[in-house]
Amino acid sequence: MEHMTLASQLLQYIITGVTIGSIYAMVAIGFNIIYNVTEAINFAQGEFVMLGGLVMVFFRVTLKLPVLFSLPLTISVVMAVGILLDRIAIRPIRKPTVLSMVIATIGASFFIRGAAMFIWGKNPFDLPPFSGRNPITFLGAAIQPQSLWVLGFLVAVVIVLTIFFDRTIMGKALRACAVNPSASSLVGINVKYMILISFALSAAIGAIGGIVITPISLMEYDRGAMLAVKGFSACAVGGIGNFPGAVLGGILIGLIESLGAGLISSGYKDVFALLALLLILFVKPSGLLGSAEVSKIRKF
Amino acid sequence: MKTRPSIGKGIASLIAAAVTVTLMLSPVVSAHAAQAYKVGAVFSVTGRASFLGDPEKKTALLLQEEINKKGGINGHPLKLIIYDDKGDSTQCVIAVRKLINRDKVCAIIGPSLSGLSLSVIPVVQKSKIPNVSCAASYKIVTKNPKTGEQWKWVFKTPQSDSMAVEAIYTHMKKHGISRIAITSVNTGYGASGRSELLRLAPRYGMTIVADEKYGPKDTDMTAQLTKIKGMSPQAIVNWSIGPTQVVVVRNWKELGMTNIKMYQSHGFGSRKNIKLAAGAAEGIYCPLGACNIAEILPANHPQKQVTMAYVKAYTEKYNEPVSSFGGHAWDALSLVVKALKAVGPDKAKIRDYLENIRGFVGQHGVFNFSPKDHNGLSKEAFRMVVVKKGDWALAD
Amino acid sequence: MIVFDNKKVKQWMNKDFSHLTGFGLCIFLLPLLGKWIPMLANYMDVMVYVGIYSIITMALCLLTGYAGQISLGHASFFGIGAYVSGVMTTRYGVNPWPCLMLGVAASATVALLIGGPSLKLKGHYLAMATMAFCIIITIIFNETATYTGGPDGLAFIPGISIMGHAVDSEVKYYYLVWSVVFLVLLFCLNIIRSRVGRALRSIHGSELAASAIGVNVARYKIYVFVFSAVLTSVAGSLYAHYLNFINPASFDLLVSIKFLIMIILGGMHSLWGAIFGAALVTLLSYEWLQYFEEAEVMVYGVIVLVIVIFLPHGLVSIPKRLKSIRAR
Repeated sequence: MEHMTLASQLLQYIITGVTIGSIYAMVAIGFNIIYNVTEAINFAQGEFVMLGGLVMVFFRVTLKLPVLFSLPLTISVVMAVGILLDRIAIRPIRKPTVLSMVIATIGASFFIRGAAMFIWGKNPFDLPPFSGRNPITFLGAAIQPQSLWVLGFLVAVVIVLTIFFDRTIMGKALRACAVNPSASSLVGINVKYMILISFALSAAIGAIGGIVITPISLMEYDRGAMLAVKGFSACAVGGIGNFPGAVLGGILIGLIESLGAGLISSGYKDVFALLALLLILFVKPSGLLGSAEVSKIRKF
Repeated sequence: MKTRPSIGKGIASLIAAAVTVTLMLSPVVSAHAAQAYKVGAVFSVTGRASFLGDPEKKTALLLQEEINKKGGINGHPLKLIIYDDKGDSTQCVIAVRKLINRDKVCAIIGPSLSGLSLSVIPVVQKSKIPNVSCAASYKIVTKNPKTGEQWKWVFKTPQSDSMAVEAIYTHMKKHGISRIAITSVNTGYGASGRSELLRLAPRYGMTIVADEKYGPKDTDMTAQLTKIKGMSPQAIVNWSIGPTQVVVVRNWKELGMTNIKMYQSHGFGSRKNIKLAAGAAEGIYCPLGACNIAEILPANHPQKQVTMAYVKAYTEKYNEPVSSFGGHAWDALSLVVKALKAVGPDKAKIRDYLENIRGFVGQHGVFNFSPKDHNGLSKEAFRMVVVKKGDWALAD
Repeated sequence: MIVFDNKKVKQWMNKDFSHLTGFGLCIFLLPLLGKWIPMLANYMDVMVYVGIYSIITMALCLLTGYAGQISLGHASFFGIGAYVSGVMTTRYGVNPWPCLMLGVAASATVALLIGGPSLKLKGHYLAMATMAFCIIITIIFNETATYTGGPDGLAFIPGISIMGHAVDSEVKYYYLVWSVVFLVLLFCLNIIRSRVGRALRSIHGSELAASAIGVNVARYKIYVFVFSAVLTSVAGSLYAHYLNFINPASFDLLVSIKFLIMIILGGMHSLWGAIFGAALVTLLSYEWLQYFEEAEVMVYGVIVLVIVIFLPHGLVSIPKRLKSIRAR
């Protein structure tokens, strides 16, 4: 094989960046769903991704179920964990403040991580990819088929969520809660129930992220924290609470990391992404697509 | 008037605190077997370096069980006190102080990480207690790199990273490779391998064309490898551990870079990794100690018997393949036990005895300690191995 | 906003005074009691860390509990203090005390630079900006290996001495650290009772209202941010000289989160809560939870949850809760 041309190198960086970025975007979307209803950041969001991957390993590899069954099974198991998280950790808080909810999710994330270590041990696990491991060559760059799946699932998640929020009563109720919880409860929306739904929904999206990324990156019990941090950054870049912003932010962070690692320095690649985050926040404090109004939040 | 009840309350809460503390502490004091030889161990069982500490703890427990089943050491049962430092330096030093002051052990094995091992040197030197580390860096035992003076109370069982690097470079030189690229994980493990690779490169005439890094939890290393592909070196040396070392191999295969030879560190030495790489590991070279390749060692190899016994016992008990790291704990604990058998639980005597052990057949080599060498291994302790048909094969 | 009733102020003073004497007595007597109760002597080592973390949590109490600003970047100031002390003493042989001051200067400068633009951000955005800062600093510690030793850490940092007397035992260091804690506590209590303290609380209540009554919100926020960074840096230097070893992992984002957990569990609106929180988290993770071995993380998570759920105002609110239960 000869020297790789700069053009195909660039293409390769972009493909890699978009793939990783899609996962960050999924985590960020999960953050947003819960944030919009509760105004708290759910630190256990990364654990949903981890659980998605490991539960899928259980159904797909240990029980050898076909993808068609194991996929919905995994998503429902992780959704159940999301519901439990709300029931056990969030709802019982007396006089919840944003900060106490955040700390509660941190406590829960410790518990989930510890439990995952107990169940699966400390070793990484692999999932067979959805459609083979033979890379597709495109203009000198190699594309893993799984990358296309990752992108496809992100698109699917975005479409389904858009329909959900625009066309269904429940989706509209969730949006109402995001705008004004007390007014929503006055018009008969059960805000506590909506919080529950938001946890279930973002757990499901986290699980999908874990399911599609595990064939690429493997999965082990303590991967969640790193993904949460990346998703958190993606969220802030795009504007907290803003769904197109989450997708944009995630892909942007992925691209900066990959291009930074390839073209400048791999040791400092995370620094580039984070500097971009700081720069965006300092120039436009509400994120790229966020409105100033959303950034007003309750007292801690 | 107002002050008095407050002070009373303060004292009351002080007493309450003292009682709680006492209650919390009582389990420590009660566990006290008669005449047992107490050996302390500090491993990173959980946390960021659990890939080291987990097999180390399992191995140490296995060995303790075996020894006590055979009647202990000269009739004294062996009592192992293991603390988990979670890969955190503060907790590591606290654990070592605890082992010395509270548990009154006669020797300490561990810690698992090189950095943490450096952090406990001042403590063990001051307390005059023998410490056999399970971490790799030569700095752990070398007090003065210029004179080669060793820390009086510190020993270590793993081969130094420099030995692994020398084994790799020797193999490369034999096969006419001189243009190489490095990828490493930015943790202590990767950083110390990387610095040895850079340090020894000129001696073996290696040109390093790329020196790339990634994080321990990164999901993909395609960007780093793409950059390397553009440089077209003859070989890549990857120094990492955990999921990243497998992901690198997969990315290497996916990018169609198999004509660039891939060398891994000894951290790759578990069959789990070959399996996780899902066929991509074919043709990967790495330097391994005897215990990783016990099955394919020739029958007359001095370590054949010892390693086969360990591999069999470990896989039977824990139902998972051995890695490089459990063997380090086996060597460390076995050396201490050998010393205890010979001189009893006297710290100074154990140290003196350890320093003069020669020809000890362990999992990772035959140890010959001396006052000038507290590691006791030579670079022959590593053998170059290649992945063939999903298993290790000796490389030529 | 607050009407000053002379009698009330006096009551406050008395309460503080008695608490302080009780507290001072406790920390003074603890090592002495160790002579009769050997278990307490075993706790000296961990108590040093409790002291070091208490300095940080008190600083955070002012920043988060009083001024309402969340920082996920304080592990970095902890690290900057520790690394300035560590690098200057080991590589250049400078005396530890000037290094400590140098660390303070460095942290204050960094805090000014990062705090200026960051503190304009609100709520989660501030948390995110400080988080980014924290991760960047950790990467810098990792990558500048020629000075910092990289991920393997910096070993053999010399101990500290006061006027020629080496502070070389755990008990001696205990007294050194807890004297600092005591001084910081006195100072912070004074700040809270002063104009500045009231200004901070008004910012927490509503920045708009605060600026309407003439509080220079931006300036106060920077002040308290820099002040907390300075205290954290001092704690970092003390940490480096006690442990004699530092590595980047001791100053990463998880450590920032740990500080946050400490103040929440202790009760973030009270300096006493800050100390209780530091003590609880440190003792749990360095001592008490060890018996759970690998289930430790799970148990820790449950404890954090239980306290957040049942004691939303932290450990300091226990007496109040008990009283209200008794009153029922």
